[in-house]
Amino acid sequence: MNTDTGKSGHVTKRACGVVVAAGRGLALALTALPVSVLCLTLSLVSIALVPVGVGLVTTPWVLNGVRTWANWRRVLAAEWGGQRIPPAYRPVAEDANPWARTSGMLRDPATWRDLGWLYVDMTAGFVTALLAAVLPLYALEGLLMPAGLWWAVAGPHFDHGPYWYGFVPVQGQRTAFAAGALGAVLLVAAYFLAPRVLHAHFVLTRAVLGPDRSQLAERVRVLTETRRDAVDVSAAELRRIERDLHDGAQARLVAMGMDLGTAEALLDKDPETAKKLLAQARRSSAEALTELRDLVRGIHPPVLAERGLGDAVRALALRLPVATEVTVELDGRRADAPVESAAYFAVSEVLTNAVKHSGADRIWVDLHRAGGVLRATVTDNGKGGARVGAGSGLSGVERRLGTFDGVLAVSSPVGGPTLVTVEIPCA
Amino acid sequence: MRVVLAEDLFLLRDGLVRLLEAYGFEIAAAVESGPELTRALAESRPDVAVVDVRLPPSHTDEGLQCALRARRERPGLPVLVLSQHVEQLYARELLADGAGGVGYLLKDRVFDAEQFVDAVRRVAAGGTAMDPQVIQQLLARRAADDRPLARLTPRELEVLELMAQGRSNTAIAERLVVTERAVAKHTSNIFAKLGLEVSDDDNRRVLAVLAHLDHGR
Repeated sequence: MNTDTGKSGHVTKRACGVVVAAGRGLALALTALPVSVLCLTLSLVSIALVPVGVGLVTTPWVLNGVRTWANWRRVLAAEWGGQRIPPAYRPVAEDANPWARTSGMLRDPATWRDLGWLYVDMTAGFVTALLAAVLPLYALEGLLMPAGLWWAVAGPHFDHGPYWYGFVPVQGQRTAFAAGALGAVLLVAAYFLAPRVLHAHFVLTRAVLGPDRSQLAERVRVLTETRRDAVDVSAAELRRIERDLHDGAQARLVAMGMDLGTAEALLDKDPETAKKLLAQARRSSAEALTELRDLVRGIHPPVLAERGLGDAVRALALRLPVATEVTVELDGRRADAPVESAAYFAVSEVLTNAVKHSGADRIWVDLHRAGGVLRATVTDNGKGGARVGAGSGLSGVERRLGTFDGVLAVSSPVGGPTLVTVEIPCA
Repeated sequence: MRVVLAEDLFLLRDGLVRLLEAYGFEIAAAVESGPELTRALAESRPDVAVVDVRLPPSHTDEGLQCALRARRERPGLPVLVLSQHVEQLYARELLADGAGGVGYLLKDRVFDAEQFVDAVRRVAAGGTAMDPQVIQQLLARRAADDRPLARLTPRELEVLELMAQGRSNTAIAERLVVTERAVAKHTSNIFAKLGLEVSDDDNRRVLAVLAHLDHGR
């Protein structure tokens, strides 16, 4: 008995898997074809126009679009197919001139890999995604034939010959049953194949888009790059902290000591002034504390140390002037401190960006951890148009995430809404 | 009045003991870790506990958790929580049981000994003492989308802010240099505008205002 329910449970689960695969396949096929065709066409035209000069301006812009699209597909491959595809782009200096930017991007092997992937995506990728959707749907059509569908598709058009369902010519109830039988066979095939075909789509995406073994050198180069970035970022942070301490708390403590010394000297001669100086010293110490508190918050927020990522983001949301809803599913375990900290500051920066620029009056944050990936999504109902680059806070986020092989994906059409996804691998 | 004090840094603990003793409190126990605090609260049954949020051995929010646990076992046990930083998240958790007898202050507030001692007494008597920063953050957040709040005059907002900190009418009058009757008039206006039920009980009044600020209606 038990084995029976176990088996039927398995079948139900599998059937749900087929439905989900069909839906995802359809969504992928419908978006992948037009977007990839558009991206490839624009890229080729733009690159072809480089010698004329126009391409110098358009190429970085178009290639950034391609990268955004590829990053989205990386996120989908991780979420839907369990295939992690680390990005490996060379950083492009924001303030470089158009020529340097264009040539830098064109020299990056990742760019050519992207373009190759676009071609594969609009052909083989499209077919595999579509197959996952069409297989179950076509089987359903066959099953519906004997139930009367044959009349709808073939009835009025007998003059034009039979309606071909697969290799079965449908022209009456009898042949409709044959189509039904073929539909049943196809359904069994779909039951076993649809999720696998979709999986194959993601494996294909990874094979083309992901750095392969021969590109290990590229990976090493990216690691060197991100490591230098990490060192640069932390060195800059240390300089900022040093300056803040030097000009802030340290200076106030000096002033305080001076006031206390003077007050001590004046205690008998001029108690009134001494009293005033004491009050001033107390104010200085309160101000020094406030400054230190802000500084500490920037280094490592106390709630993060005390409660972990979920509550730290909740506490952060409560400080924002915009109504913010936070959902946390982190399965109780805390990630490593550096990962938590990176995720916190990424979310914090994205939220700051949303509050400052989006004009949104609602924000949703979702923290989720599954399959060795920590994912944070921030959605706002603002006016959209956010981009990575152009000195926005988001490129800083991307740089810092690089150290953790994290990915940043931004979807922000003009008019909104904006959806920013951050993914960081964590054991 | 008997106090249990939990603070891990020796200098601060020592200073707090001296300050409280100078104002006539009796220190039932002065401890430096979470487990010790739990034991002290159970054994010496104090009139009020003054607790640092972060305590050893875990150095997380152990003090806060001990205090919340002790209040679940002994509802209304007066607890004044001190911290280097204030978070609305923690304030909300402390106020969640609606029992009063809660304080949540920045450690800086001990600079003003009289105000601090006043806060300890207020909490011990079942009142509330919320840090001005918590209230300011609450007001800033609510100001954007709370229509009733927008109808208050600047003076009424001032009174509301002090009231939400847990101060009595007398204290508010003294602070704003007005008569107590004027404050009473402001408070009844505030309650009418926010649509809150008027209560003679000072403590209940504060809790109602805080609940309104935290969740709106």
